[in-house]
Amino acid sequence: MRVPYSWLLDFVPLTATPAEVADALNQLGLEVEAVEEPGKDITGVVVARILDVVPHPDADRLRLADVEYGGIETRVVCGAPNIEPGMVVPFAPSGAELPGGFKLERRKIRGVVSDGMLCSARELGLSNDHEGIVSLPTDLETGTDVRDALGLNDVVFDVAITPNRPDAMCVIGIARELAAFFQLPLTVPEIVAPAVGGGVADRASVVVEDADGCPRYVARIATVQVGPSPEWMQRRLTLAGMRPISNVVDVTNYVLLERNQPLHAFDLAKLGGSGIIVRRAADGEPITTLDGVERTLTSADLLICDANNVPQAIAGIMGGSTSEVDDTTTEILLESAYFDTATIVKTSKRLGLRSESSARFERGTDPNAVAVAAERALQLLVEVAGAEVLDGAVDVYPNPVVPAEVAVRISRVNAILGTNITADAAREMLMPLIGVPTADDGETMTFVIPTARPDLEREIDLVEEVARHFGIDNIARTLPNTTGHKGGLSLKQKTRRRIQDVCVGLGCSEAYALSFLSPEDLTSAGLAADDAVSVTNPLRAEASRLRTSLRPGLLRAVAYNQSLGLQDVALFEIGTVFLAPAPGDLLPDEREMLAIALAGDVRRAPLESDRSIDVYDVVDVVQAVVTALRLEDVRLEPTHVPGLHPSRAAAIVIDGQVAGVVGEVDAAVCAALELRAPVVFAELDTAVLYAADQRDETYVPVSRFPANRIDLAFVIDDATAAGDLVRTLASAADGYAENVAVFDEFRSDGLGAGKRSVAYAITLRAPDRTLDDAEMAKLRDACIQAAHAEHGATIRT
Amino acid sequence: MTFASASEAKTALDAAQQQAHDAIASAADLDALDAAERTALGKKSVLSDVQESIKHLSAEDRPLVGQAVTAYKAMISELAAERRTGLSAADALARAERERLDLSLGGHARPRGHLHPLTQVRRELEDVFVALGYDVSEGPEVETDWYNFEALNFPPAHPARAMQDTLYVNLGAPEEVVMRTHTSPVQVREMQRREPPIYTVVPGRVYRNEALDARHSPVFHQLEGLAVDEGLTFGDLAGTIEAFTSAYFGSAVTARLAPSFFPFTEPSAEFALSCPFCEDGPCRVCGASRWIELGGCGMVDPNVLRAAGYDPEKVSGFAFGFGLERMVMLRYGIDQIRAFYDNDVRFLAQF
Repeated sequence: MRVPYSWLLDFVPLTATPAEVADALNQLGLEVEAVEEPGKDITGVVVARILDVVPHPDADRLRLADVEYGGIETRVVCGAPNIEPGMVVPFAPSGAELPGGFKLERRKIRGVVSDGMLCSARELGLSNDHEGIVSLPTDLETGTDVRDALGLNDVVFDVAITPNRPDAMCVIGIARELAAFFQLPLTVPEIVAPAVGGGVADRASVVVEDADGCPRYVARIATVQVGPSPEWMQRRLTLAGMRPISNVVDVTNYVLLERNQPLHAFDLAKLGGSGIIVRRAADGEPITTLDGVERTLTSADLLICDANNVPQAIAGIMGGSTSEVDDTTTEILLESAYFDTATIVKTSKRLGLRSESSARFERGTDPNAVAVAAERALQLLVEVAGAEVLDGAVDVYPNPVVPAEVAVRISRVNAILGTNITADAAREMLMPLIGVPTADDGETMTFVIPTARPDLEREIDLVEEVARHFGIDNIARTLPNTTGHKGGLSLKQKTRRRIQDVCVGLGCSEAYALSFLSPEDLTSAGLAADDAVSVTNPLRAEASRLRTSLRPGLLRAVAYNQSLGLQDVALFEIGTVFLAPAPGDLLPDEREMLAIALAGDVRRAPLESDRSIDVYDVVDVVQAVVTALRLEDVRLEPTHVPGLHPSRAAAIVIDGQVAGVVGEVDAAVCAALELRAPVVFAELDTAVLYAADQRDETYVPVSRFPANRIDLAFVIDDATAAGDLVRTLASAADGYAENVAVFDEFRSDGLGAGKRSVAYAITLRAPDRTLDDAEMAKLRDACIQAAHAEHGATIRT
Repeated sequence: MTFASASEAKTALDAAQQQAHDAIASAADLDALDAAERTALGKKSVLSDVQESIKHLSAEDRPLVGQAVTAYKAMISELAAERRTGLSAADALARAERERLDLSLGGHARPRGHLHPLTQVRRELEDVFVALGYDVSEGPEVETDWYNFEALNFPPAHPARAMQDTLYVNLGAPEEVVMRTHTSPVQVREMQRREPPIYTVVPGRVYRNEALDARHSPVFHQLEGLAVDEGLTFGDLAGTIEAFTSAYFGSAVTARLAPSFFPFTEPSAEFALSCPFCEDGPCRVCGASRWIELGGCGMVDPNVLRAAGYDPEKVSGFAFGFGLERMVMLRYGIDQIRAFYDNDVRFLAQF
């Protein structure tokens, strides 16, 4: 809402500076987004009188104007068709500045020296009108600054109105707030539009078929002389951000801006049957709106039709083209109505059509101000369009809205705000807004709420009014007493931090990817797209699915870095993925996952050779995470994972539960995502990791006795997981195994195809003694036998 | 050879001592020193001959020679020890020189990872609130319309819904399931789940129907606060906002509140903080306004308390929320929201 300061002065005698007014509006919750001074960029432009106009000697379309300003006479070249002797115009002599940083200079135009320029409205930044030179009132004194003459010293406040404040969508509404703030009187003049005989009811009928959609409809009739509206009205509309069109249309817009009541003027001659029918549209019913667009309606939309049932307007949103007021219009039917907010919201949203009118109806206008707004428009039409108003009105208002009564307790005000406001003070704050209380015992005050304020329904709403006018920034700041309330992070939240810290410690940086993917993002990463939850209204098809895995996003991040020449990439992400809802559930199955992706080299140069990242590097990260969480039963079971290397991938099995996958990213995926291979990747469901929270954390005493080490090399099948032997050996060592580690692996012709040798170092230690040779020999045999029994491993000697 | 008199023996020892002194002093390394010592003290040394000769000497000469021998041995040992110390140090020095490494080569480049800046701000703020007695709540990112709007006092077709560009998903009835547009539905879930007093903050990911560019993102993060207890006031809310903003941005920062509108709070306000980056003159962060708008807040609307089964006459509450991206952008002067989601390792490595 753009509000000119000068317009506010019609209703409240403000003396505050623009900065003070802006500050007041901000404190009142009417947020000022900008304070504009339209004349700020105009310097040195003066009022001048045209003395004579003569042809340009060398140009048909140019003329020469002799002008006088403040006693100075000069000659300028002018291309505008509308200049004539006697006309008073804005003149920019050389040295003057116009909006856009344009500085006038004396120069020759087609051989004739021009000492400045006569200005159009566009050149002064007043409007887009560039048809001719602005014609100023002839009684202006020449030589005066054009900013004074045109009221360009005005200030415009661009105010953002929250959806709960329809009443503040107009000049009077904002004036009311400022009057209350500055403790000044608000003066809204009585309106009387002189009417002539006849009677509207005889000339036009109004049938409201849908009183839910249109609780009130007022129709007035007047004859008009269509033409441009006066300069003062055009200027106010322009400052308020609306384009002047004609006196009739301008008056409806003027009243909309002044009073928050949208009006519509129909050319009565073009309304078939000389009347109005308000009804819902039929599904598929078309209408061509004022903007020339044909729109297709549904039965949810409300239509204003003529008495022949031909659509003439989409109620409250935009008029139709057929009954538009134009130069030929001699008589209008003026509509002032109250429409259901929800109907306007739905239609406006569905059609993607918003107007100054719909913005007001969807917030809620004042049903009891409908008739007076029409009266105000007629008063203005008499003034600016030579209107003759037909006596009376058709006012269809079957169920008048009765203002609500709301009571507020001063004790409640102070309990909510934490203040010590007296009843007297609160009353003084509320009365300029909502009038004198109808009941008041010093504790409870009852007000009849003006119907312009649909936001004031409950006691708490009045508490807010007091807070706004007391100044919410003036409320003393305290802290709640939270003693006795135990705060803190949950075990899960602490564990999440530990996982992040372990990953960071291993050199991985944390990524945040978007939650949206395209189906191709999923399939090219080797994931199924069919069961992904889809977005109803994505802006772009690339964001039409919810991620079912962190894999596409994290691999995309790797590719992005690689594309910038950043080859060594180590990223992890903890984020939510969305699986199809479990049977019977409405919401998706949300899982929090941990994913890790590594690419590039492990840097050792110049001391040693660099080496490429391999799958064991990501296994390391997984191992470090599970170790940090004291998860013991963790196995990597070779498995086929679409999107991962067919023989370099494993399921991560924790406590017998598949928690995720780890492996090298498949060559086809690398190619599709433009990844430089190798890229290694792991993804785990953190729910399984958080289960570690339940683990026994009791400390295990450490032995002070010496350790013994035995090294065993086994020949095993390729298919046997070397890691499984670690567990077998550890358990065969009867509780004495402190550590079991693989220290060598090789294949050879001697071992035969499909076989390999894996060597294990087993560190054995007893808690209470030194293990003797006999015990060591026994444990060694037990390990060999277990490896053979469980895995068919033969000891290599 | 044998010595017949004390004077003969002493003369020989003196000569030997001079010789040994020279040999020891000139020993180039520990091996040469050992050899010099052997020559001076060993079986084939003058000393050995003198000692062999003692038994043949007169009774009065014997002690004299004995004393000379003792003095000779002490002298040689002393010289050798002194030389050995010197040689060891030189030897160690030489070895060290051979083992010299240029540490400025930079090591094995074992890189450290970095927490995402949004995680860092989240942790920092969580810790601030934990210190104020709050716990941390989480909730689903895909929500029903009821939790995201209805229970928060957004009536159907209310213009307030148009303030948020909602993304819907194809589950349930049309527009029944939404990508949550704010963390506020977790307020409702927490109020349903437990009884007052509640002091909790809700960090989390939220969604809007916007394309990713410098200023917009379809995904961003909020931190929401909810307190419900007996006797909570707007003053408590304002004080809490002042407390956490100054904890994050420094104690010189103050908060300013201005009335606003949110369907689930009444009275509602927006809060801004005094620009911590401003010197006099135009400021890269606040322009010249000196205030930075940060988030929204208010007293929990009685309708919301009632929907959670609480009696608004018995308990009151306040809530506040703000964007985490904005907090980080302000603090580090980041001007592009998309930087958070590009995951450029050079960006991440700065935090």
